[in-house]
Amino acid sequence: MASIDYPLERPEAAPREFSFSESLYKWVATVDHKRLGLMYMVSALVFLVIAGIMASVMRLQLAVPNNHLVGPATFNRLFTMHGTTMVFLVGMPIVAGMANYLVPLMIGARDMAFPRLNAFGFWIFLFGGVLLYYSYLGGSGLSGAGSAPDVGWFAYAPLTEKAFSHGASTDFWALGVLVSGFGSIASAINVIATCVSLRCPGMTLARMPVFVWVMLVDAWLVLVVLPPLSAAQIMLLLDRFLGAHFFDTQFGGSAVLWQHMFWIFGHPEVYILIFPAFGTLSEVIPIFARKPIFGRPAMVGAVVAIGFISLGVWAHHMFAIGMTSWSNTFFAAASMLVGVPTGIKIFNWTATMYGGKIRFAVSMMFCCGFLLQFLVAGLTGIMLAIAPFDWQLHDSYFVVAHFHFTLIGGLVFGVFAGIYYWFPKVTGKMLSETLGKWHFWLFCIGFNLTFIPLHFAGMLGMPRRIYTYAAGRGWESWNTIATIGVFFQIAGIACFAWNVIQSVRSGKAAGDDPWDAWTLEWATTSPPPEYNFEKLPVVRSSRPLWDLKHPQDPDWKYD
Amino acid sequence: MAASAIVPPSPELLESEWKTPDRGKVGITFLILTETSLFTMFVATYLIYIGKSLTGPYPKDVLEIPILATICLLSSSGTIVFAEHALEREELGRFKVWWLATLLLGLIFLAYTGIEWRHLIYVDHLTISTNLFGTTFYSLVGLHASHVIVGAVFLTLVLVVTLRGFPIATQKRRVMFLSWYWHFVDAVWVVVFTVVYIIGR
Repeated sequence: MASIDYPLERPEAAPREFSFSESLYKWVATVDHKRLGLMYMVSALVFLVIAGIMASVMRLQLAVPNNHLVGPATFNRLFTMHGTTMVFLVGMPIVAGMANYLVPLMIGARDMAFPRLNAFGFWIFLFGGVLLYYSYLGGSGLSGAGSAPDVGWFAYAPLTEKAFSHGASTDFWALGVLVSGFGSIASAINVIATCVSLRCPGMTLARMPVFVWVMLVDAWLVLVVLPPLSAAQIMLLLDRFLGAHFFDTQFGGSAVLWQHMFWIFGHPEVYILIFPAFGTLSEVIPIFARKPIFGRPAMVGAVVAIGFISLGVWAHHMFAIGMTSWSNTFFAAASMLVGVPTGIKIFNWTATMYGGKIRFAVSMMFCCGFLLQFLVAGLTGIMLAIAPFDWQLHDSYFVVAHFHFTLIGGLVFGVFAGIYYWFPKVTGKMLSETLGKWHFWLFCIGFNLTFIPLHFAGMLGMPRRIYTYAAGRGWESWNTIATIGVFFQIAGIACFAWNVIQSVRSGKAAGDDPWDAWTLEWATTSPPPEYNFEKLPVVRSSRPLWDLKHPQDPDWKYD
Repeated sequence: MAASAIVPPSPELLESEWKTPDRGKVGITFLILTETSLFTMFVATYLIYIGKSLTGPYPKDVLEIPILATICLLSSSGTIVFAEHALEREELGRFKVWWLATLLLGLIFLAYTGIEWRHLIYVDHLTISTNLFGTTFYSLVGLHASHVIVGAVFLTLVLVVTLRGFPIATQKRRVMFLSWYWHFVDAVWVVVFTVVYIIGR
């Protein structure tokens, strides 16, 4: 489908100022993958701030025992909306946003395979998000006042049945997440079709950048595991609106069916969320270590293996419901198996750095932070995969600390690494390295200060989702330290926000290829033109720009 | 400076044509994959809840095997293939006939479902809220029927634009994608039929 006979002569477009309404129209009506990718990222960051504020309020509430900053009902809504927002309105649009912006550029394509489907995906996702937040205004129905859902981000049925969850807030949860899921599915189909069909001449699957491979597996995983959540939500809505009995134990329905369906989605979901970070590290570390990635086929194979194994581990979230010991053994063993491909990835990133000419740009610092923190998260994950250990710490702050280490220490650090790396390409301006270092250190210190102590609070028996606690159980100091950490994190994020604003206004011009990189997105201008490439590139190895810059020693000689 | 212009094109690539799969085929294939995942959940739920209803009516009392509807729906997979072949050979008249036949067979299936549901609701007093059987039956069969409805809407669309003189032969790819979807809906019916009317009874 790729044509290489594209006219080279193009009239020079005269730069012209657009009025506000014109540029608004350009953004709203766009089907360009870069604009949509940016809109995904910006919405994700906006939701990140909202959910971050919720987290800060909860940390303030828990800073000291017997605190009454917020009441129990408000607290329930806070952790429900915090979790739901972070997973569905921050994590998922980051997946879609990074894939949208980068995949076509990295495989030398002019757009995604289905540009209009792409725009549909973004707007339906945003609509789902707005629908969820509308519950604050109309959560109790048209006449009642608003109240957000308060059933937890995994919304266990039968707690969510009409009998136990009055009003419309749970409906807003189910509908909002269901609808934003359609957007994720649309975007995933698009990413797969793009990766398979729009690769530029010479870009065989073997030469595809690891980032693109990771996003391909990610999209496949979305298509396989998102429908189980949608199915569960449709059943819940049938129960709530039409009086069906899927989760109604009084009619013989199962109390754990929802849990199974939710975690068949929910566990692979955490891999869906972390994959963009995996992809980012696989691109950033080689560039700043000046070495090609170590064990490329093993890296790709490991991601595919994680994708498959993740489908068979869901019930490790359910050790406490009383499964047979065979089930417990199976799911414990399968969960520990995930540690093998993940270990391969950690070792290969480290091996890529080993003996390299490492440059500690901010992006690279975030990668190093990722490696250490994600390692801790992986180790606590293996601890929790052991069923008897999980019985002790199930639903405790140890679990909270574990998954925040994966999702902040892993995902958020990886995404910041990606933002510092690709920002020059997206905007044409460099981010300030000085402010970036402030951002990294404040955020890194703050994150560890918040979440390391929560492991200990959890081991001392502090349960999740409590809105306050009595003094004298040994939880106070850990909680106070955790809350102090939040201020460091906020300061770090403020540095980042200021850095972005400053750079967009008056940053140093980046040029096309500020990092001396090797993949195709650096072969076009910064920011890339609407058509990405004037002439579709032709590649002969996995590092086309290396070949270009080193004609005396190109990669394809060794492939 | 767009460096892409100076990526040295390798001569063998310029000579041999660079081919990647049709994006539409890839898209529809993965749409079917994700739909399969959705149906799997409803089918699994149906299987889990077989025999779990605490009160009647039970499947063996009220369900009759929909032989005619099944024959209609499955044979519509054949007629749509004949229609495609006709379109391939640009025989527009035959295409219209086979396409209309496909649509009618789909509509007969839907009509049968409607009659079956009407009977179940008004005579057997089985609704979605009666018991677990009703809950799972109406949601699984209804999910499938809603896919048949979507398919029928698109079949109608193609038929209407063709009858109004639109050169449908220019849209062979899209007709093919629609037929893939229709085959998928038929294949799902085989599973639903087996689960609901054979295992479930």
